[in-house]
Amino acid sequence: MTTTYAVLSEGLKKRFGDVHALRGLDLAVAQGTVCGLLGPNGAGKTTAVRLLTTLLHPDAGSARVAGHDLLREPAAVRRRIGVTGQDTSVDGDLTGRQNLRLFARLHRVRDASARADELLERFGLAEAADRPASGYSGGMRRRLDLAASLVRRPDVLFLDEPTTGLDPASRNRIWDTVRHLTEEGTTVVLTTQYLEEADQLADTIALVDRGRVAHTGSPPELKALIGAYAEVVVTDADVMVKAAGVLDRLTGAEPALDRDRKAVGAVTRDPTLTLPRLVRELDSAGVPLLDASIRPPTLDDVFLRLTGSKELVA
Amino acid sequence: MSTLAYDGTAMLGRQLKRIRNNPGLVVLTQTMPITMLLFFGYVFGSAVAMPGERYRSFLVPGLLAATAAGGLTTGMLQASQDAHRGVMDRLRTLPVSRAAVPLGQAVADLVVTAAGTVPLLLVGLAVGWRIEGSAAQTAGALGLLLLFRFACTWAGILLGMLPRNEEAAGQLASTTFVLPLLSNAYIPADGMPGWLRTLVEWNPISAVATALRSLFSPRLSASLEQGGAAIARVPSHAAWPVAHPVAGSLAWCAVLIAVFAPSAVRRYARPR
Ligand SMILES: Nc1ncnc2c1ncn2[C@@H]1O[C@H](COP(=O)(O)OP(=O)(O)OP(=O)(O)O)[C@@H](O)[C@H]1O
Ligand SMILES: [Mg+2]
Repeated sequence: MTTTYAVLSEGLKKRFGDVHALRGLDLAVAQGTVCGLLGPNGAGKTTAVRLLTTLLHPDAGSARVAGHDLLREPAAVRRRIGVTGQDTSVDGDLTGRQNLRLFARLHRVRDASARADELLERFGLAEAADRPASGYSGGMRRRLDLAASLVRRPDVLFLDEPTTGLDPASRNRIWDTVRHLTEEGTTVVLTTQYLEEADQLADTIALVDRGRVAHTGSPPELKALIGAYAEVVVTDADVMVKAAGVLDRLTGAEPALDRDRKAVGAVTRDPTLTLPRLVRELDSAGVPLLDASIRPPTLDDVFLRLTGSKELVA
Repeated sequence: MSTLAYDGTAMLGRQLKRIRNNPGLVVLTQTMPITMLLFFGYVFGSAVAMPGERYRSFLVPGLLAATAAGGLTTGMLQASQDAHRGVMDRLRTLPVSRAAVPLGQAVADLVVTAAGTVPLLLVGLAVGWRIEGSAAQTAGALGLLLLFRFACTWAGILLGMLPRNEEAAGQLASTTFVLPLLSNAYIPADGMPGWLRTLVEWNPISAVATALRSLFSPRLSASLEQGGAAIARVPSHAAWPVAHPVAGSLAWCAVLIAVFAPSAVRRYARPR
């Protein structure tokens, strides 16, 4: 079976003056999946989204979105996508209801008014529906923005930091909406600063760093790249070196010693190294243990390791 | 319905709703000429070499032309507001005909102008201005007024999209107030020094003001030959658009629309 890609880009480049925002973005998103673009500030995530949604013209490269060539058939692409950009993109001079009706009408939705009412209800905006959007709180405007990108079910939905600034309840509602959409076959490309969000929603994560995709993989795959962290805490500083010797033999990685905590740890990629085995080995080597753990890596670790960036520590 | 007509209608609706939700700018731009009519008509009227009532008859068509030229200013302000707001990003990602947004703006402006001009006409009639032309001439004058407004709005839409930000566009828009001052809208051009008169006569506002005078008050315009104090006195050596004001005005409108409408649509549709 061949995979159908809802988004397939090759070597997308974009420069703003001296700033190379994208230096060749290759992205493949299989149909019906959620792809999370994760990267530090200025990595080029928004630029990527704006290129793929026909808002910017690339300096080089090509892409197909929802089965159409981005550069040759932008109108066909626009008919099949939904977009919520990083910045507000509703009309502040219109009320929430007027906004949604307008966008529904422009999307040729048959009953635009009914669709607008339904979305207002679903996104918890029914009460504020007839006030100008300029008076909405940040989170309300964000929700209106999301509702606006769903007036018609899009084949590919682009969300640029969809939940930034939302309270936990609204955030959960957005997550549910995304999951629901993918069940119906929509492909979602989302950027996020929240590792948890990528972990929760994304089937694949593309780590974007300095205008390129540094790594792609499912959350577990990316974590496996890093390996788990095995750590033991010993009773006495004198046995730390002995413990390090055991860990070295078990993991093949160079152990790190933390003298204050009397802790010794090392990265392991060996799936047979379980906690009981770790304890057993150290015990038979005569190392008195206070504590032992094998901690799976977080996306934080993945991020730090793979992009060498310290900025995205959520 | 064709795509452009459908999308244009939706965008027209958007502009009208915006104006209804937020009528400040429109009310201001439509009450300004009435204030100016009363101020100029009575203050300057006493200093101009025309009796007061005559001057006010001269002034009303001039103010109508100058107000229509205000489409340049409103067009710029609205287009720059739009250009630097997120909603344009959303509209650009929708399957919307590229011309629909600027066209919707221009037509909405026309609808509002048509309604907004009525109070100025009424105050004009109250201070002594009279419609003396035939019904056809009057209809022609009103049609010309709207056509000129439409043309100026397109110019405004393009110019409003050019500056880097809204403040710069606002500053540029605020300089447009000199345009009617450099025309014969408020003061006849005959007394001006030669170079200034040439400049004034090549100002499209002058052609339109002169055309409106000739259509609203054909008798007074004709009285020039009989040596009367014509309100539409056009020296025989005037520049072509003013010497042939109706043809000149139509030509100006055609040129403005032909130049600015396509480039405004192109500019709007261009991905950055
Ligand atoms: N219109 C523009 N003009 C000039 N530079 C730009 C423009 N848009 C983006 N850039 C630059 O391109 C780079 C990438 O920006 P982009 O907005 O794509 O990053 P991002 O990954 O979305 O960051 P963030 O997480 O902060 O949203 C940055 O250095 C930014 O300053
Ligand atoms: Mg961004």
